[in-house]
This record gives sequence, C-alpha cells and structure tokens, in this order.
Amino acid sequence: MRHRENWIGFKTIVLKELSRILRIWMQTLLPPVITMTLYFIIFGNLIGRRIGLMDGFDYMQYIAPGLIMMSVITNSYGNVVSSFFGAKFGKYLEEMLVSPLPNWLIILGHMAGGMARGLMVGIAVTIIALFFTELQLHSLPVTLSVALLTSAVFSLAGMINAIFAKKFDDIAIVPTFILTPLTYLGGVFYSINMLPEFWQGVSRANPILYMVNAFRHGILGVSDIGLGTAYAIIMVFLVVLFTTALMLMRKGVGIRD
Amino acid sequence: MKALSLIGLEKVYANGVRALDGINLEVDEGDFFALLGPNGAGKTTAIGIITSLVNKTAGKVEIFGHDIDQELEIAKSMIGVVPQEINFNQFEKVFNIVVNQAGYYGIPRAEACRRAEKYLRQLELWEKRDQISRSLSGGMKRRLMIARALVHEPRLLILDEPTAGVDIEIRRSMWEFVKGINEAGTTIILTTHYLEEAENLCRNIAIIDEGRIIEHNRMDRLLRKLHKEIVLLNLAGPVEAAPELDGYLCRRVDEETLEVEITDQRGLSALFEQLNSRGIVVQSMRNKSNRLEELFMDLVENRAGRQQAAAEGKS
Ligand SMILES: Nc1ncnc2c1ncn2[C@@H]1O[C@H](COP(=O)(O)OP(=O)(O)OP(=O)(O)O)[C@@H](O)[C@H]1O
Ligand SMILES: [Mg+2]
Repeated sequence: MRHRENWIGFKTIVLKELSRILRIWMQTLLPPVITMTLYFIIFGNLIGRRIGLMDGFDYMQYIAPGLIMMSVITNSYGNVVSSFFGAKFGKYLEEMLVSPLPNWLIILGHMAGGMARGLMVGIAVTIIALFFTELQLHSLPVTLSVALLTSAVFSLAGMINAIFAKKFDDIAIVPTFILTPLTYLGGVFYSINMLPEFWQGVSRANPILYMVNAFRHGILGVSDIGLGTAYAIIMVFLVVLFTTALMLMRKGVGIRD
Repeated sequence: MKALSLIGLEKVYANGVRALDGINLEVDEGDFFALLGPNGAGKTTAIGIITSLVNKTAGKVEIFGHDIDQELEIAKSMIGVVPQEINFNQFEKVFNIVVNQAGYYGIPRAEACRRAEKYLRQLELWEKRDQISRSLSGGMKRRLMIARALVHEPRLLILDEPTAGVDIEIRRSMWEFVKGINEAGTTIILTTHYLEEAENLCRNIAIIDEGRIIEHNRMDRLLRKLHKEIVLLNLAGPVEAAPELDGYLCRRVDEETLEVEITDQRGLSALFEQLNSRGIVVQSMRNKSNRLEELFMDLVENRAGRQQAAAEGKS
C-alpha cells in the first residue's frame, strides 16, 4: 500500500545515519582503527610470535578474524545505541514518531545504519590486518553473511539498550559489563579447545563464540563449532531481538509517556 | 467533515497525574481553532495524544474520520505539528532537517528539496539553510519548526504556542502566514497564551482547564457572552475623586485616570454625556484588558464553582 513511501522513509533514515557516521568520523571510525592497530602490534606481533601455532595458523592470523568480528560487534552496537539514544534525549526522535513511518521501519533503518558502521569498520580493520599478516579467504559467502548477520544482531541489541536508557550512563553499562567480557571470552584470542572441559561448556553459552568462530571459518576454514549451529543461533537472536524491539516500540516503552 | 474529533479522551500519566479527564472536542475541516487554557491544563498532552507522542489512557481520536487505533499511518500522514518545545537535531543543518522530515513522510528527494526551499523561503529562513540549527535565534527555531511541519503539506496543522518568545514583528508576519495557509484550506489548531492572538485569528475556541473542556464555542458567540467591559479613561485634567455616575461603576485610578465598567445595555454615549456635564474631558480611552482575556479569567477563576457543581452532579 505504502511501499513507495516506506522505501523512501527507510532510505532517509539510512542516509541520515550514514551522514552522521561520516560527519563524526573521529568518534565513529577512527577509534576502532587505532585500537585494533594496537591489538595487532601487541598481541599479534610482540606476544604472538612467542605463542606458536594455533589450529595450524600463526597467532596473528588466528586472532585477525576475531578482532575484525570484535570491531564489527562493538561498532554496530555503539552506533545504534548512541544514535537512537541521542535522538531520544535530544527529542528529535519525535520527528520520526509523528510521521507515518511504521515502527518496524524505524527499527530496520537504524539497524541498517548500525550494520553500515559495523561493515565500514570491519573492512578498515581487515585492511589493517593485511599489513601484519596474510589472510586467505576460505569462503566469501560465509564471511560476508556472518559479518552482516552479526552486525544486524548487535545493532538491534543496541537499539533495545537505547530504548531502555534514561541517561547517558545507561548506554555505557551494557557495553562495559556485558558486551566486552563476552567478546573477550568469545574465542577472539584463543580456541576453546584449550580450555578444560567445564569451561568449554560454559563458553558454549556465549553467543559471541558462535559468531566469531563462524567468521573465522569463513576466512581461515577452521572453527571450534559447527557452522549450522552458528547460523541457527544467530538467526534465533535476530528474530528474538527484532521482535523485542518491535514490541517495545509499539508499547512506547521509554519513548512515549 | 470533521478534521479532528476527540471522544472521551483521558490521560493519566505514570506518576498518577490526571492530565485529561474525558475530553470531547470536534474541529471542522477548514477551521481556525483555538485551544486555550492555563499552564498545566492539558493542551500539550492532548496534542501529544493526537500526534501519537503520548499514549492515551482511554477514549478515541479521529483525524478526518481515520481512527488512530485502526488507521494510524493514514491519520499521521494528514497532521503537521509544531511542538511547544524545540525538537530538532541541534547539530543538523537547517535544510537537512526539513528535507529529512519530508523523507519520513515518503516524499521523494527531489520533491522534498523543492518544498524545503519553498517553505524555508516563505518563513524567511532560506539564507540560513546551510547553518547548523543550533545557531538560529529562538524565533528562527520556531519558524524552522513551522517549515518542517508544512513540508508534507498536511491537511491539519497543529501549533502548540508557536509565538512564545517571538518578537512583535515576526509574530505579526507569522499570523499573516498561518492565516494564508488557513485560507488555502488547511485546518489549524492553535494553542497560545496571547489571547489577543486567538481572538484575531480563530473562528472557534475551546477552553480547557484541569483536563476538562469548560467552554467550546464560536469565538463571536463567546465574546457576546461578555456582558461588561472595563475601560480606562485618560483625562485632560486632574479629578479629585471618582464622579458618581448613573448606571456606571467608576473608580479613580490616579488623578488623571478613571476606570469605568460598561455593561452592554448602557453603551458608551450616556457615559460621555454624564462626564461632559460634570466638566470632565476625556482625552483617550482604552480597554483595561482584551475582551477574551476577561472572559477567560472569569471562566478559569470560576474553577471552585465548577468543582462544586461537578461534585453535586455526581452525588
Ligand atoms: N511526561 C509527563 N509526566 C507526568 N506528568 C506530566 C507529563 N507531561 C505533562 N504532565 C502533567 O500533565 C498536566 C498537563 O500538562 P500539559 O503539558 O498538557 O499542559 P499544557 O496545557 O500544555 O500547559 P502549558 O500551557 O504550560 O504548556 C500537568 O499537570 C503536567 O504536570
Ligand atoms: Mg503546553
């Protein structure tokens, strides 16, 4: 019915998000590039040389996919949580709320914005990685689809965080206390096969483990877990988070009195 | 056709404040409608519900016959709103704010740019199009919000105190502008605390107090209800005391000013005859306050009486 209008509305949100990312590139694109360069120098180059092979790859190669994924995750999340919370806090979210944009489209638009930032940073970090090591590409479809789906999942998570957030502190809590630990424990720096049985089991409860490993599979062809399981888990998160975001928007939680 | 109907609209905020207590209101298509009421009466809450920024507790809202519970998107596409508080991105450029808003309404980019230019020109903001909106003055920010509200050419335009903090000259030009829009067919609902503004612009009026409509009438009929006016007379020379006038209440404000209450049966000529016969020469005359203002004060001050009547009605 309103397909054409919806499409224009969607494009408008995405373009606005893109121009925000580029306008404040010092906050959006530069920091991950610097951090990841440091990771490559310290963990990959200095420490990594003493570690030896992991799953048949030298350490630098092994952690590169994990670090790329880590930046995709933090940046997708960070983009939506700050952009959406900023709009809520500065009241200009009302511009969208009074318009006929349906809720699902507002969610999709911001999700696409988060994915765009995740991908931009992901590509930048990949390029940096190539300065330090050689990366093969085991499977382009797997690499791309896992990166896209993962950034979608964390964009939605960032959106939900922003919906609940009441002050700026609230948008830092989840990244600091949940996202970062889960990423570090999600097999970015090591193979869970190195862990005792018990901790391997615990690690399997961490969704990020599946994403990192599926992505590593896409690039290096090695993974701690099955690809099918990884996709299934990512899809479940995608559906659950999208539905949650939609329900919250419908009810107006945190955005309508 | 009704541009807006509110039926039994109620709002209780999470903190327990009952902001709207069963509002019924109809606004005809093409009308210029004033929604007046003291601070905290519930005007912005009502507008919030109509524009889906606030969830209603009970009741029904229809925009040109479209119920917001059933046809929300169609209903929304017909409304433009200028909010009471600034709500655009202060770091965004003026032009982008208007063009993006058009995008949210599904207007293609080229058309959006054309309209943004048209409305920014009309509101005298075209020169400022590339500025970051934070750098606009208060009055310019209000005008930017008007341009933004018009860019999708809504059939119903809601203005929540658009002239608050705007200087006289700009206010006058804003009046002319919205009058023109109304004459071109757009229904307008205006809230304001400048009653003279409402009196000049609006054909119909509702007064809301403590979440209830206490008056809903045609402006001219409402003003006719006002049976007395208080005028101030500036005299050519000093008077010692207020003169005793037959049929008029008269009070001496200072030695050269008198305050006289005029009822509509007596008129003015008899007053001047009596003053002349006492040798008092009137140099100029003005209303003590705007007529609508007096009526408004009467109605709102009568709050206690209304509450009592409501209580009696319930028991
Ligand atoms: N978000 C909110 N949460 C709780 N109470 C609110 C909220 N917004 C408004 N209220 C209360 O609801 C009542 C009506 O407020 P509203 O803003 O609708 O008044 P108004 O008629 O627009 O007043 P004004 O002329 O000052 O703009 C007030 O008592 C106000 O304190
Ligand atoms: Mg208000």
